Amino acid sequence: MKELLILGAGTSGTMMANHLRKTLPKKDWNLTIVDQEETHYYQPGFLFLPFDLYKTKDVKKKINKFIPKGVNLIQEKIERIDKDNDVVLLQNKDILHYDILIIATGTNIAPQEIEGMLGDHWHKSVFDFYTYEGSKNLRNKLRNWEGGKLVVHISEMPIKCPVAPLEFAFLADSFFINKGMRDKVDITYVTPMSGAFTKPKATEALNYLLEQKNIKVVSDFNIEHVDGENKKIVDFAEEEIEYDLLVTVPTNMGDEMIERSGFGDELNYVPTDKTTLQTTVKDNIFAIGDATNLPASKAGSVAHFEAEILTENIKRFIEGKELKQEFDGHANCFIETGHGKALLIDFNYNQEPVKGSFPFPGVGPLSLLKETHMNHMGKLAFKWIYWNMLIKGKHIPFVTATMNTAGKQIEETINNN
Amino acid sequence: MVVEKIYGELCVTCNEQGYLTDLNQWTKEVGSEIANEEGIDMTEKHWEVINYLQDECRKEAPLSIRKIGKSGVVSIKEFYQLFPKGPLKISSRIAGIPKPVSCI
Repeated sequence: MKELLILGAGTSGTMMANHLRKTLPKKDWNLTIVDQEETHYYQPGFLFLPFDLYKTKDVKKKINKFIPKGVNLIQEKIERIDKDNDVVLLQNKDILHYDILIIATGTNIAPQEIEGMLGDHWHKSVFDFYTYEGSKNLRNKLRNWEGGKLVVHISEMPIKCPVAPLEFAFLADSFFINKGMRDKVDITYVTPMSGAFTKPKATEALNYLLEQKNIKVVSDFNIEHVDGENKKIVDFAEEEIEYDLLVTVPTNMGDEMIERSGFGDELNYVPTDKTTLQTTVKDNIFAIGDATNLPASKAGSVAHFEAEILTENIKRFIEGKELKQEFDGHANCFIETGHGKALLIDFNYNQEPVKGSFPFPGVGPLSLLKETHMNHMGKLAFKWIYWNMLIKGKHIPFVTATMNTAGKQIEETINNN
Repeated sequence: MVVEKIYGELCVTCNEQGYLTDLNQWTKEVGSEIANEEGIDMTEKHWEVINYLQDECRKEAPLSIRKIGKSGVVSIKEFYQLFPKGPLKISSRIAGIPKPVSCI
C-alpha cells in the first residue's frame, strides 16, 4: 500500500483530497490529510464580515465536513518535513511516512514582522481583516466607530488576495454612506506599490473609482514601523501618516513549519515549478495554493485551477510519465466596488486583466474589468459555489483551468510580468 | 503601448512608463542614461544593487524592499539613500526590469 500525504486542509488541501480520492485506486493508495484546525473558513467572507454584510456563520464550517470518505484526517500540529527520509513529524511525536507529499499549508499574516504593529492597540485601533478574529473584532469596532481618519494599508507584497484591501476601501465608502456618516470619515489607501492600480488596462478602466469614492491614495509607502501611541505609520523615507483607525494587511508569510523543514524562501514559501507544481525541493514533493512561491496571485481561484492540473500531474508522476507543464497562472477574481456592484478580472502569468465578457465570449453574462450589478451577484453566488462545488473538487462548468483568450479585448500589450 | 527609445547608440523597447520590456536589451550604458534621467549619480554600490536585482529577475523571484534589505547587498536605509523616493521602482527602471506590479 502506498501513502499520499496532504499537509493542510484549507481550500487547496481539501480540494486535492477530493480530487485524488476519486482518481487514485483505494486498493493501492492510502490518503491522509493533516491540519491542526477544526474550522474551515470561507476566507473571501472576511471582507464582508466587518461591514455586517455576512454573519459569522456564513464564513465557518467544520473542517471534517469536507474531507471525503476514504481519506484519513489527522488533527495535529505539524512539526516538520524530513524530506531525506520521506516522513513528516507531528507535534505529538507521530511519524507519517509518505510516497508522495502535497504541501498546502497556505499563507498567514505575520504582524510581528513590522515593528510596533502588535501591542495594546492591536485589534483596538489597528486591525487586520485576513483572520477570522481580526475580521470579527473589526466588525465590532465599526459598529460603534464615530469616524475620523481611516487608513487602509498594505505592508508589503506578496499578499493573499491582492485586491482585498482595495475592496475594503470601496466597501467602507459604501458602508459609511449608508450609515449617513461618510462626511465624518476620511479614507486613505496606502500602498508600497506605485499606485492603487499598477496594470495599464486596469488603471485606465478603474482609476475613476478612487476619485468617485473620494479615496486618497498614498503610493510608494514602505512601512518601517507603527507608532501605536501617536497613531501614525512611518515609512523608510520617514514619511508619516496619521490614523484614527488603521486597517492593515500585515506581511504575509508561509507556515513556520516550512522554515523548520529547512526549505522555503525568506517568506517561507515553497520553491515550486510554476507550470507543473512539482517543488524543486524533491521530486516526490508537490505544492499548491498560497504555500508556493509561484509568481501568481495568492487566491482561491488560482488554487482551484492548480488543483485540476496538479491532480493530472500526480497521476502522471505515479505512472512514471512526464509532467504536464500546463499551469499558466490563471486567476479569476470578483472585486467588490460597493453599492451592490462588482468587477470581474480574469488573467494569467502573461495576460493582464482586460475588458470583455465571461465565461461565454461576447455573451457574458459577466463583464470583465467593468462595474456591474451582475458581477456582484456572481460574487455572492460564489459562496454557495465554494462550499458546494469548489472545495469538493467539482468542476465549475464553462470555466477552464487555463485562461481562455476568447471574449477578451486583447491587443498587442506589453508583458508586465 | 510599446515605445522605442534611444540611449547612447542603442535603440531599446520600453513601456509607456519608461521601463525596458526586455532585459536582454540592457547594457550598462543604457542603465547609466536612465539613471541620468532619474537624477541618480551611479557609484559602484549602485551597480552592485542593479546586478542583484537583475539576477533575481532572471530567477523570476518577486522583489520587495524587505527582500533587498535581507539580501546582504544593501540595507533598507542604504537602499533609500542610493535611490531616494521610491527606491524599488527607480532601481528597477535603471536595471531594465519590470517595476513591481499587483494583479490589477
